[in-house]
Amino acid sequence: MKKLDTNNNVYTIVYAAIMVVIVALLLAVVSSALKPKQQANVELDRKKQVLSSLNIDIKQVKNVDDLYSQVISEQELNGKQVFVATIEDGSVKYIIPMHGAGLWGAIWGYMALNDDKNTIYGTFFNHDSETPGLGGEITTRDFQTRFNKKHILGDAGYAVEIVKGEAAGEQVQAISGATITSKGVETMINTTLEEYKEFLSDKPSEAVESEESITNNEEEAE
Amino acid sequence: MKLSEKTKETLLGPLNANNPVVVQVLGICSALAVTVQLKPALVMGIAVTIIVAMSNVIISLLRNSIPMRIRIIVQLVVVAALVTLVSEVLKAFAYDVAVQLSVYIGLIITNCILMGRLEAFAMSNGPWDSLLDGLGNGLGYAIILIIVAFFRELLGSGTLMGFPVIPEWCYQHGYVNNGMMMMPAMALILVGCIIWAHRSINKEEKK
Repeated sequence: MKKLDTNNNVYTIVYAAIMVVIVALLLAVVSSALKPKQQANVELDRKKQVLSSLNIDIKQVKNVDDLYSQVISEQELNGKQVFVATIEDGSVKYIIPMHGAGLWGAIWGYMALNDDKNTIYGTFFNHDSETPGLGGEITTRDFQTRFNKKHILGDAGYAVEIVKGEAAGEQVQAISGATITSKGVETMINTTLEEYKEFLSDKPSEAVESEESITNNEEEAE
Repeated sequence: MKLSEKTKETLLGPLNANNPVVVQVLGICSALAVTVQLKPALVMGIAVTIIVAMSNVIISLLRNSIPMRIRIIVQLVVVAALVTLVSEVLKAFAYDVAVQLSVYIGLIITNCILMGRLEAFAMSNGPWDSLLDGLGNGLGYAIILIIVAFFRELLGSGTLMGFPVIPEWCYQHGYVNNGMMMMPAMALILVGCIIWAHRSINKEEKK
């Protein structure tokens, strides 16, 4: 067999063209063949994340799809997407989806509120590309549970405050060494709460009354 | 199966005497990025090993037909296609792993070890030798990654594979995790220490 002249211009161009077509076809076929399975995975992962914000240990759950359809109903309240969850003891929780920016890339999360729309029941955070061991720690339960039982309605409206060092009262302790990611989480929560203001302040009449009576009592006591 | 002397050298050489990271000083960039914790380092090591071996075989099979002037581009296309395939397959069948590796999978394309082995070995050797060379270099890379990650996770967060290993009373008696270990610069210093130890041991052997 005559040895190929691999330095020939025409040969080079034809070779490159054929190679690119083959690779493109291969990738296109694989991509479209695997797409349904990938989307199912993404959807399953989203459901897991929503459930995680209810302090459910997702690793213990055998059938995520079943649990999700049992517990969560996706609703639009006051023009905003809200996941309404009815948990085991029968109480209702509102889960708000959040999106923001960390140090290197996107961060997102879900915040579950009690039906007073003020007390945080649970949170879940995840990230694209934060530094493992530093900003990446926002995915740990240790960080996420720091928000539990805190109140989002304070003097400055609907907001949480993440602080360095020891946290007092309604403050949440930041992750040491990950100031920018912690700030990102704070900004993400506060912008989302701002957007959900209408939903948050739209309380069922009962709840409003009881809250008013509490404030009245406090005033009277003073 | 008994390996001939040359085959043995191809497969095992990169693990020690001709290690891609500490002797050829290739692939340092990703060694800094993924070694904060042991688990991603381990998975990255395995992924690189598989991809080096596969792309080595493919380039070795094509080596006589590749036009010399665009050979780097051809190598790059093969590597990029393989990395994309691996990433797609992981997303479909091992979603958790894919999420954990996120950007690191893409980083494999830029790993100098891949291009280095393709250019230096696969372009001039047969597929079988290239497979062994790829496996050897991938594992050589993985070993260094694992050593560095072991020390960084142990000293930096007091855990291994995510499990706490430093007993609680150490912390109570004033032991503090070394936050510096989390910084990429410390990986470089650790790699430096490994190179130092490696050189002095190998010098003794040569005598």
